[in-house]
Amino acid sequence: MTSILDADTILVVDVGSMTTRAILFDVVDGRYRFIAKGEASTTAIAPYRNIGEGVRIAIDRLQAITGRTLVDSAHSLIIPVSNDGSGVDRFAATISAGEPLNVVVVGLLEDVSTESARKLVQTTYSRILHAFSLNDRRKPENRLNLLLRTRPDLIVAAGGTNGGASQSVISLMESVGLACYLMPESVRPEILYVGNPSLADEIRSSLEGITRIHFAANIRPTLETEQLEAAQLALSRLYVDIKARNLPGVDDLKAWAGEGITPTASAFGRVVRFLSAFLSDKKGVLGLDAAASAITLVAAMQGESFQLVFPQLGLSEGVEKAADPITIDEVLRWTTSAVSAKAVREYLANKAIYPQTLPATTEEMDLEQAIARQAIQKAVQLARPIFANRIPALFEGCLPYFEPILATGGILTRASGPAQSALLLLDGLQPVGITTLVLDQNHIAPAVGAAAIYSPLLTAQVMDSNSFLNLGTMIAPVANVKTGQPILRVKASFEGGGETNVDLKQGALNVIPVPYGQTARLSLQPLHRADIGMGAPGRGGSLTVKGGALGVILDGRGRPLILPKDWQHRQELYMKWLWALGGQLT
Amino acid sequence: MSAPVTHFLPLTLIQRERVLPQPGKVFVRAGQSVGPMDVIAETSLNPEYQLLNIARILNLPVSRIDRYLQCQAGDQLAHGDVIAGPVGISNRLVRARKDSKVILAGDGQVLLEVFGKPFQLKAGLPGNVIDLIPDRGAVIETTGALIQAVWGNGLLDSGPLEVVGKKPDHSLSVQDLDISLRGTIVLAGLCQDVEALKMAVELPLRGLILGSLDVDLLPAASKLSFPVVLIEGFGERPMNPIVYKLLSTNNRRDVALNAEVWDRYTGKRPEIILPLPAPGNTSAPRETGEFSSETMVRILKAPYAGRIGIIQSLKGTIPFPGGLRSPSAEIRFEDGDRVVLPLANLEMIA
Repeated sequence: MTSILDADTILVVDVGSMTTRAILFDVVDGRYRFIAKGEASTTAIAPYRNIGEGVRIAIDRLQAITGRTLVDSAHSLIIPVSNDGSGVDRFAATISAGEPLNVVVVGLLEDVSTESARKLVQTTYSRILHAFSLNDRRKPENRLNLLLRTRPDLIVAAGGTNGGASQSVISLMESVGLACYLMPESVRPEILYVGNPSLADEIRSSLEGITRIHFAANIRPTLETEQLEAAQLALSRLYVDIKARNLPGVDDLKAWAGEGITPTASAFGRVVRFLSAFLSDKKGVLGLDAAASAITLVAAMQGESFQLVFPQLGLSEGVEKAADPITIDEVLRWTTSAVSAKAVREYLANKAIYPQTLPATTEEMDLEQAIARQAIQKAVQLARPIFANRIPALFEGCLPYFEPILATGGILTRASGPAQSALLLLDGLQPVGITTLVLDQNHIAPAVGAAAIYSPLLTAQVMDSNSFLNLGTMIAPVANVKTGQPILRVKASFEGGGETNVDLKQGALNVIPVPYGQTARLSLQPLHRADIGMGAPGRGGSLTVKGGALGVILDGRGRPLILPKDWQHRQELYMKWLWALGGQLT
Repeated sequence: MSAPVTHFLPLTLIQRERVLPQPGKVFVRAGQSVGPMDVIAETSLNPEYQLLNIARILNLPVSRIDRYLQCQAGDQLAHGDVIAGPVGISNRLVRARKDSKVILAGDGQVLLEVFGKPFQLKAGLPGNVIDLIPDRGAVIETTGALIQAVWGNGLLDSGPLEVVGKKPDHSLSVQDLDISLRGTIVLAGLCQDVEALKMAVELPLRGLILGSLDVDLLPAASKLSFPVVLIEGFGERPMNPIVYKLLSTNNRRDVALNAEVWDRYTGKRPEIILPLPAPGNTSAPRETGEFSSETMVRILKAPYAGRIGIIQSLKGTIPFPGGLRSPSAEIRFEDGDRVVLPLANLEMIA
């Protein structure tokens, strides 16, 4: 048996926009385990204006919980573990605190390099303020003035295939250089060049004295191919570098973590990617982080992943802007209490003033969950066309086929129980076919991803432990029948003996409880040509499922999910559905 | 647990750093006395640039244009000054359309920086300059009452305070506003009537202090020509009794109203300052605090939003209706009622 003290102890600090977490992993009985976490409010905002205070408090709380000493009297991290067992062997950090990066995208062709650059920028916490292309109809001086007024943190420049266009790329970069030159030195943006690589030297020599320029592999090496991975990595590093300059305290974390500091979304992406490689299935794995700072969706397949970060849909800082990407009417279609459009506007306006506040009444929780459902759905809607090129979709207009779905985020763990969390996920994502819902109940998924750079084994072993909550296996048939018609016949044979038969009707939500530690063999027979993703409409089959918090969730409510227009009827339905899932509407 | 702090103070030392968003010229000196509307620094924040394609305008090849250029980088041009020409028998000229500076000239093109209205940084409060921040601004100090608001429309002004209505929940109406209020800063409990805002513009007022504002009036309030601040937020929340009493007992006194937008990262937020003389040992208020028993707090969320109470005891993590589990505190109100609320929904009043 491996002792705790001589094994690799890894501390990860996750600095979110609202909460800072210090998370400890260690080896117990020869396997990595999540040991404990300490939490504190993030101190990026005034009066602290330095994330260091939140980090210090979170680590102090972790020390109090575990009884282990991790920092010395000067609050410096003890690395490596000393003979008396104090300290850690490794340290990593993730960050999403502070404002998203303000980015301007420039490219040659709007539908080619500019579009790819947009996708690249969406892989981290950023706002695209403007996009310029060669075919832009605005006058050069108007583009120049716009760029100067915008004052971006970063300009991402793309254009030219490998060995392709050169003169037009050079003139594009000259105009970017001119704009940077005209800005006061203290506010000049960083530039990330991801275009034709044969021009790198020329671009470097013309821009180097003006501002900091970084290079990554061409994101459009040919007109037909798009390669974002290398540029994504460079953008992640730049995000941390820019944060280190703009957000006091990040530099100290960098000093502790070295290369082990990443944007939270990238660390979360790494976990999802790892899961997909580990499962080595033909289906993709989906990660959802419904956080205060942003909604992040990660799609991964056979070890390759793509992430999209939507700060404008962040459930605390972005939510006040919900009137832009999300309409009030869209939020209202999810509420289960009598709430007016004006009340939603008022709620959002006050939430913008105090984003750290929490819903402590049934009505406010209902409203926050309605906003979350719509924000998740909006994120899926925005991501669907991008994911569709990578992950096969069962049905047009539906979420591609993912198995499993890993979800994290405060709105999910603040729910009154697994039933409410599962329902929120089902409504927001509206998955189809057969999948497993896994909830990161401890908010450790990004930390697991961050720690993976030191020990890929940690990811597999922690994911395999009980740190993550298996909500259950979901089966959502898609059928073109009237409400009340049977669409799926399920026979469940339990490992410990016994059998259950369920006929799922269109519009219904049923559960077959399969307790933790048990398995059940399911025999699935779609009716009325319902499609459960087994190859063709009406085709069924058998599968073995593991027990979870809820069991097997049979979601026959249809895709897309259409809810009644009046809130009283919705409330009745939600009570019924939550009851079916073993929870209740609080 | 650390607590966010809001100040409602009858007398305190107030020091505010006022800085330009980018380097510029600072006009004040240490020890100088300033008024809230005095310009203390300025910078050219968003200059306009004009890119003139001289070759195209004069219809000449780029290779021949340099000999016709009448200016070079660094030259200051006045409106009408010749940039290039004369060319041809009609003596074609390119002239400066506005006062400007030549940034680049060559390859048939000229880039001009057009002088616009500079961004002027005002003092924002009456007081003395106690420190200079080179090329950026100054630190200004005063003593007086300090009231921090939660929302502002980005403007600032100063003037005599006029309290309308006799209660903190008085809703501002057109009938409250007449010509006698022109040039004053009006205080009312709340505002739910867009006509009252229109009347306030017509008079015009110099500022408006409200407990709360109907959320549908937010777009109108954002565009008003004078500063507006909210003490409580949006909805029908009366002004809290501490602020109402503090301000209503200073009716007709001059107030400085800085309705700057609350920036959580820098800590800059809308404020009302009533300059008052103070004894020499007056100190600045604390900016950080801890929730503990007997701490005065304001409740930030429904159903008690805006009410002020005292923490009776800290309660640990407990469940709330709706499913939330959060560290909490028992709050005692002035009328004796007690409620348990999440700490996240409280702020310390100091």
